[in-house]
Amino acid sequence: MELKREEERYGYFLITPSMIVVFGVIIIPIITTLVYSFVNIDPLSSHNGEFAGLSFYRKALTSSEFWADLGRTLYFTAASTAIETIFGLMIALLLNEDFPGVKFLRSIIIIPWAIPTVVNGSLWKLMLNGEYGVINALLMRMHLIDAYQSWLGNPKTAMLCIVIADAWKMTPLAVIFFLAALQGIDRTRYEAAMVDGAGAFRRFTTITLPALRPTIMVIIVMRTVEKFKAFDIFYLMTRGGPANSTKTLMYDTYLQAFTNLNYSEASTLAYLIVLVVVLMTLGYIRLMRREDS
Amino acid sequence: MEHKTIRRSIGPRSRGRTVLYMFLGLVLAVGVLAPVLWMFMTSIMRPVDLTAKPLKLIPETTTLERFRQIFSSDNGSDPAYVFRIALKNSFIIAVAVTILSLIVGSLSAYAFAQVRFRGKKGLMLTILFTYMLPPAALIIPLYRIYSRLGFLDRKGPLAILYLSFIVPFIIWVMQDFFGSISKSFEEAAQVDGATRLQTLYYIFLPIARPGAIATGILAFLMSWDEFFYSLIFTSSLSSKTMPVAIAEFNGKFTIDYGMISVAGILGSAIPVLVTVIFQKYIVMGMTAGGVKE
Amino acid sequence: MKKTLSLILVMLMMLFSFPTFAEDISLNAIFMKQAGYSEDDVLAMTQAFTESTGIQVNPTFVAYEELAPKILTASASGGYDVILGDCIWPAQFAKAGLVLDVTDRLGEVDLDDIYQGALDATKYEGKYYGMPWLNDVKYMFVNMELLKQAGIEEAPTTWDQLIEDAKACKEQGICEYPIVGCYAQAECLICDYTCIAGSFGGAFVDENNQPTLDSAENIAALDFMAQTLKDGLCNPKSLEMIEDDVLSTFASGSAVFAINWTYQYASMNDEAQSSVVGQGIITPIPGTDKAQSATVNGGMPLMITSGCKHPDEAWEYMLFLASREMQARYCANALPIWKSLYTDPQVIETAGAEVVAASQIQFDYIVNRPMVPYYNELSTAMQSEIQLVLLGQKTAQEALTGLQATALELADR
Repeated sequence: MELKREEERYGYFLITPSMIVVFGVIIIPIITTLVYSFVNIDPLSSHNGEFAGLSFYRKALTSSEFWADLGRTLYFTAASTAIETIFGLMIALLLNEDFPGVKFLRSIIIIPWAIPTVVNGSLWKLMLNGEYGVINALLMRMHLIDAYQSWLGNPKTAMLCIVIADAWKMTPLAVIFFLAALQGIDRTRYEAAMVDGAGAFRRFTTITLPALRPTIMVIIVMRTVEKFKAFDIFYLMTRGGPANSTKTLMYDTYLQAFTNLNYSEASTLAYLIVLVVVLMTLGYIRLMRREDS
Repeated sequence: MEHKTIRRSIGPRSRGRTVLYMFLGLVLAVGVLAPVLWMFMTSIMRPVDLTAKPLKLIPETTTLERFRQIFSSDNGSDPAYVFRIALKNSFIIAVAVTILSLIVGSLSAYAFAQVRFRGKKGLMLTILFTYMLPPAALIIPLYRIYSRLGFLDRKGPLAILYLSFIVPFIIWVMQDFFGSISKSFEEAAQVDGATRLQTLYYIFLPIARPGAIATGILAFLMSWDEFFYSLIFTSSLSSKTMPVAIAEFNGKFTIDYGMISVAGILGSAIPVLVTVIFQKYIVMGMTAGGVKE
Repeated sequence: MKKTLSLILVMLMMLFSFPTFAEDISLNAIFMKQAGYSEDDVLAMTQAFTESTGIQVNPTFVAYEELAPKILTASASGGYDVILGDCIWPAQFAKAGLVLDVTDRLGEVDLDDIYQGALDATKYEGKYYGMPWLNDVKYMFVNMELLKQAGIEEAPTTWDQLIEDAKACKEQGICEYPIVGCYAQAECLICDYTCIAGSFGGAFVDENNQPTLDSAENIAALDFMAQTLKDGLCNPKSLEMIEDDVLSTFASGSAVFAINWTYQYASMNDEAQSSVVGQGIITPIPGTDKAQSATVNGGMPLMITSGCKHPDEAWEYMLFLASREMQARYCANALPIWKSLYTDPQVIETAGAEVVAASQIQFDYIVNRPMVPYYNELSTAMQSEIQLVLLGQKTAQEALTGLQATALELADR
């Protein structure tokens, strides 16, 4: 009993510093924002300051715009998280091998991640430009297109372009984490498996993949949260256009707060974003558990 | 070194596989470097060539004027000068945030992974939750607090704010690395009479080092890349960070791709150097055996 | 445990908060970087002001896109005293109580000498909320060199004629897409539409500020824009373009006609950026039989925030910045708001004779985007709907009828 007490105290002792850092500053804004979603804080409205109950949530959930935004957000999140995780794992496996040039590759893989988002968005916008973009110039030269395309001006391709631009920058994050996790795998297990005659694929599915599973989980959750909150890249590349085809929930939150001065709707959207992300995270966790058992 | 020996002992590898790896490595290098190369070209091309149609992939004349401007400008209102100062501010903030968040975050991560205490799960989820809220919704109440405390336009308070959303990430990622370490280590160490903090420092941290380095890179880059909070909370050279300075290369109707590319090169050089220095610790091979359960 | 915690918190706070000492009078002002008056110009004007009045001013400069978030976040805590705002913000800021009514203060100003369009932008419900400062409108830029190749000697003055000329250029293979516009999902699209709708005799609101988006003229103007895209006269990449892309397209010789702000004039004649130096002219936007021309106000007024503790000094500072003397001295980067300055030879020389000449006609046809508090939200809705029309996915009639309903709903908020 005494031991358990001590263990608990030790746990609390260890987490105290981060609790102070995490909640010290942010707790009041978190509560204020929650309050805003129930009280009409809209200086342009005649109902400013009135208690609104759940009406903002009802309004958001019944508007087709919200669901369209959510759909686009989910598409962006799923596509870029999938690309980052799958490519990240494949690249990490490659870089974990030993072959001429691998040291060079390990050094350059970080570069896209290190490029500031502000620059990354502008860089891709320039490369994708319909009039003087290098991607159009290259594709023309390779005869893959017969005229310059407006990649960011076409509702069918704009979101895909943002997914590519974002995944290009962020895949190295997954690579670095998978590489780190791969180091933790006991190499003798591979040797034992080899002795047993297991092929490369079998070794991957029976040793590597199970060992990496927690890391995959961490990366998927981390990236999902990040993607839902992605704002800069949309702002830089398309501002939600063309014809709203890249307008996400986060972008709408920004619009509500800073162009429409509708703080209540912004706060409501913020909490709805959290709700969706929490549901998704819990979903992942449950999925992982089921596979474990 | 050990890494290599183990690798070799796994078995004779066919030349074909090495060639395949080198080919994949080449594809990877092209994918990573092509946009970076274009960023570099953009930084040295004259504005008139950048928007020429048809685009010349190799320009006849190039200019280093932009680099000269960044390094030599001493006019306080020149964005090039602002960028240089902001680079320094960003570096100071990112280093401080990385060190502090690793210390604070790994203590908690260890607690969440290895120590039993009540309310652990709930706390973990609450910490994750704080990170999920979009900054656009939190920033107005946050500004009020910062303004009242005299925290505006100062590096220290901005770093505190960064800690508040980077630490949750660190905890979330690090507890995965700690979680995979066998509990038997701790018990063995305790039998030897080590205190718990000693065990943490001498046993767990070295084992989790690849993960800790990867996490440190993550913390550094998150702080390095942060735009929105910095935009709102800084206003003068004393605290303005690099991404905000880069945004200032844009006018009301104009985008200065050339200067943005220069900023991108310089802005990514520092994190790349930092990573290359630390990367050998990520991929350096672990003592074989007994690490994972 | 709790005690230690709060102790640490208090120590942290003390560490980072120094007391602020009361000074004489000091104002905080926020301006924009890289457009209009340069940062150095504003700093020089501010220094001159401090020297003559003893009032300290701390100017902050941010990129245009960052102005609104900075101003709005700070408004609750009274961060700035004087703000530079876009001409589409005063109504919204006034309704939200963020800026002070300056109608009485304007009494001391010679309002007859200020262009009405610039003044109107600061007006909401009969009151004025700002002092016009930066003055800008859109013009038509024409590449005369390309036009001459098609055998045309004069720039068009009507849209019908412009279409004829564009067709000639396209058919003779001189230019694949003679017309280019900034039709990206951004405010620039509404600016272009305002010009074109205005020159078709349309308006987005009536004299009582009631929305009239679905008027026949507005529909005709939007149909016209969509038709130029459909006929391949207007560059299809316009849908991803903002002002700077239009400038680049024009400057690379890939367009004959472009609507843009004053700044294009200097840029297209700058050899470092342009391969059409000396080929382009600046001229009023064409018209129809319903209106001779129309342009959009892109000016930016100075305003006093409602949290300002020294409004008298703030007003003094604003008047100083907007004075004829300052505007004449720094007119290289922005045209004055004062009519009388346009005959000043010094101003004509610094600002450029051709620009001044075009502005003298164009300023008579200034249209303001709706000066209603809900303008920003309406504009966001308009941008995506208009793009749908330009993409051919909706008719102008459908889109504008829907937008009219949206506007009425917003007006009722």
